[in-house]
Amino acid sequence: MLEKSLFLLCFSSALAKQLCAPDASDGYKVRLSIRTALGDQAYAWNEDELFLFRATLAFAMRNRISGQQFEVSNIIVCDETPRVSFWFVVTSPSNTSHLVDKEEVEEAIRKSRNRINSAFLLTDKTLEFLGIPPTLAAPVSPDTPPWLIVFGVVMGAVGAGIVVMLAFSVVQKKRKKDGKVVDEAVEEETRAKTTDNGAAGDGVYNMSFSDDERFTEM
Amino acid sequence: MDIVKDSGAEERPKWDNKVQYLLTCIGFAVGIGNVWRFPYLCQIYGGGAFLIPYLIALVFEGLPLLYLELAIGQRLRKGSIGVWNSISPLLGGLGVASMVVSFLVSIFYNTILAWVLWYLFHSFQNPLPWSHCPLNDNRTGYNEECEKSTPSNYFWYRETLNITSDIETSGSVQWWMVVCLATAWGLVYICFIKGIQSMGKAVYVTATFPYLVLTIFLIRALTLPGASDGLLYLFTPDWEVLKNPQVWLDAATQIFFSLSVAFGGLIAFSSYNEEKNNCERDAVLVGIINSATSLYASISIFAILGFKATTSFNNCLQANIIALTNHFELPDQNITVENYGQWFEYLNQTSPGEVASLHLRHCDLNTFLDQSASGTGLAFIVFAEAVIAMPGSQVWAILFFVMLLSLGLSSMFGNIEGVLNPIHDLNLVPKWVPNQLVTGIVCLVSFLVALIFTLGSGNYWVEVFNGYVGSVPLLIIAFFEFVGVIYVRGMKTFSEDIVFMTGKEPSIFWKACWMVISPLMLMAVLIAYVIIQAQQHPNYFAWNPLYELFPQTEVKPYPDWVFAIILLLCVVPVLSIPLVFVYKLIQRRLRSSSARTELNPYCNDGFEVETREQKKRRA
Repeated sequence: MLEKSLFLLCFSSALAKQLCAPDASDGYKVRLSIRTALGDQAYAWNEDELFLFRATLAFAMRNRISGQQFEVSNIIVCDETPRVSFWFVVTSPSNTSHLVDKEEVEEAIRKSRNRINSAFLLTDKTLEFLGIPPTLAAPVSPDTPPWLIVFGVVMGAVGAGIVVMLAFSVVQKKRKKDGKVVDEAVEEETRAKTTDNGAAGDGVYNMSFSDDERFTEM
Repeated sequence: MDIVKDSGAEERPKWDNKVQYLLTCIGFAVGIGNVWRFPYLCQIYGGGAFLIPYLIALVFEGLPLLYLELAIGQRLRKGSIGVWNSISPLLGGLGVASMVVSFLVSIFYNTILAWVLWYLFHSFQNPLPWSHCPLNDNRTGYNEECEKSTPSNYFWYRETLNITSDIETSGSVQWWMVVCLATAWGLVYICFIKGIQSMGKAVYVTATFPYLVLTIFLIRALTLPGASDGLLYLFTPDWEVLKNPQVWLDAATQIFFSLSVAFGGLIAFSSYNEEKNNCERDAVLVGIINSATSLYASISIFAILGFKATTSFNNCLQANIIALTNHFELPDQNITVENYGQWFEYLNQTSPGEVASLHLRHCDLNTFLDQSASGTGLAFIVFAEAVIAMPGSQVWAILFFVMLLSLGLSSMFGNIEGVLNPIHDLNLVPKWVPNQLVTGIVCLVSFLVALIFTLGSGNYWVEVFNGYVGSVPLLIIAFFEFVGVIYVRGMKTFSEDIVFMTGKEPSIFWKACWMVISPLMLMAVLIAYVIIQAQQHPNYFAWNPLYELFPQTEVKPYPDWVFAIILLLCVVPVLSIPLVFVYKLIQRRLRSSSARTELNPYCNDGFEVETREQKKRRA
């Protein structure tokens, strides 16, 4: 009895090892960069973390293919490296020697990518499934581009300013016409006629006589 | 507002105070070129060593010309047209030439401001739009053009300019550019709506704000890693470079264009001054502040560029680290930026074949520091990328683009003044038309003409205008300015003008410069410039996604019809100088009377109304 169970165990593990190999046709390589993502709060990668990974993947498969009860044992991992990278394959629950197709695995992972990421506190960039590019987030495009809003504000202020200043100067001109400044203008004209031609004090340079010497100062 | 009436019964506006005048002149001189042209020249011409030809050019060419313009404007109390007509009607063409150049420069300069506004409007988003690539049509990956180049390149060339692949393909009018251009002209109009009254208030902000922003950037940049690398790289002098005549030529042209002389704007601004103003001190002050600003700006800019180079260097290293870690299945974060060198050596020794197969990029900090850029490339690509890497990018982007906007606006004021003042002086519009309307019409016409720069090929045309309008014509006008003031008006008369205004004779230094040194230098610069331009068929850099070496820009020669336009742009502004000269000469010969003096007999300044200040002073 004991020999039989031992034999089965060895057989199954050997079979598992054959199913999972680097560059397996139905397998994917996973790469984690825990220290890059979490810095000081990085957790160490060990058997338990690997168990969580296998459980999460089993969940992802169940999520995608309803009806089939994927277990942790259906996710086979091999070729672990200190990088924290490994290969995995998924076996079908009904037939443990038959691997689930690559496309199905990809669909499952795509669907639950967010859940898988959050289970490990990682992101699309730090938890990589080589061969499954992350779907790019749809760009947020608001109805009115924000730059038009800023432009509207600036142009509105400029336009309002122009209108105000033009109106102000028109009003000022009207007030001038009403006669208050006319008196001052008359005063200035009379002053112009009676002013001396600047010979006293600092005088004004009369350009018609630029070749001659300057006025003698009084 | 005091009004000085001469017998021509014209109101001449006046500055509210000296500070306004100085800020306007400084704002006109200090423009976007101080921020994006001078640091680049400093960098490619051996850092600290470039300052020597630059300062020599400032002292012997820039300051004398500046002093001359401010003095003649203040003395003759007229804008550029009136001043040259007063000195000799034969020289009247100089004013017209200045006006044409000012107009041509203002239309392309405001297009640059439109681009700055576009970036400013987009700086209010999170994340900044030039930090990531947009998705392609079927959402499987990023846009191809963006992937091959960088997101900031893509945003500039595709989403801002929507540039065509060469200057001959005009493309269509980009409506978003038209909108930004309208905003830019609207801003210029509102600041100029009341002439120098409103503009004088606006310069309090536009002339001082850039200094504030540069200081903020400097303080911030010095706290970022890599800033000192950038500064060291910029200022390490390479004395060999002084043997290259191209350096001296570039220093002279940089000083010349940086001071914004020969536009007519400075003459107009100083003509609004009172007569007894010490214009010597003003000229020296404006010149020195302009150069000091260039230096200060280059310190800030290069601190940031040093940070950017360090960031790019670290990214390059990180890419290599990931490649090595993944290939050799080492625990992640074992190789870091610090121990990369040791790991690389060890791995190269143990398995060189595998390391070679990874095709790792060779990362060298100097290569990244070498990536210099000037002009629009610096502001909209390089600096925009640098801003993304800084925490709180939106704030820095907004500050930077508002600074560029202020710098550009204050220079635009000088350009517009150089256009409006001759319009008034030449009496091109009847008196009953209000000033606001004239200003509005000028802005509207300029806006409509500038619509050519909103086409797909607009950027190429801006480069054409930038390279050829703002160069040779200005040199020619400046040379004739020297001739006109020193030789036609006479050194003796001009010295007396200066004694009248400042109270003392111009020193022997000024006289020597005006009479001999500066005109000679200008002549040498002009001839050298023309020779160098004529040596090779002019080329331009085209952004062509289909080019095999994309994302490098393709070097293309200008087609013949563009070359003809370039020649026109160089020649037409200065055409007025000989035309007016010949016209007036013929007019004079035809007139029988020989008693007509060269001076304008209708403006006899002997009967000026005494202002209230003069009365107070006498009392």
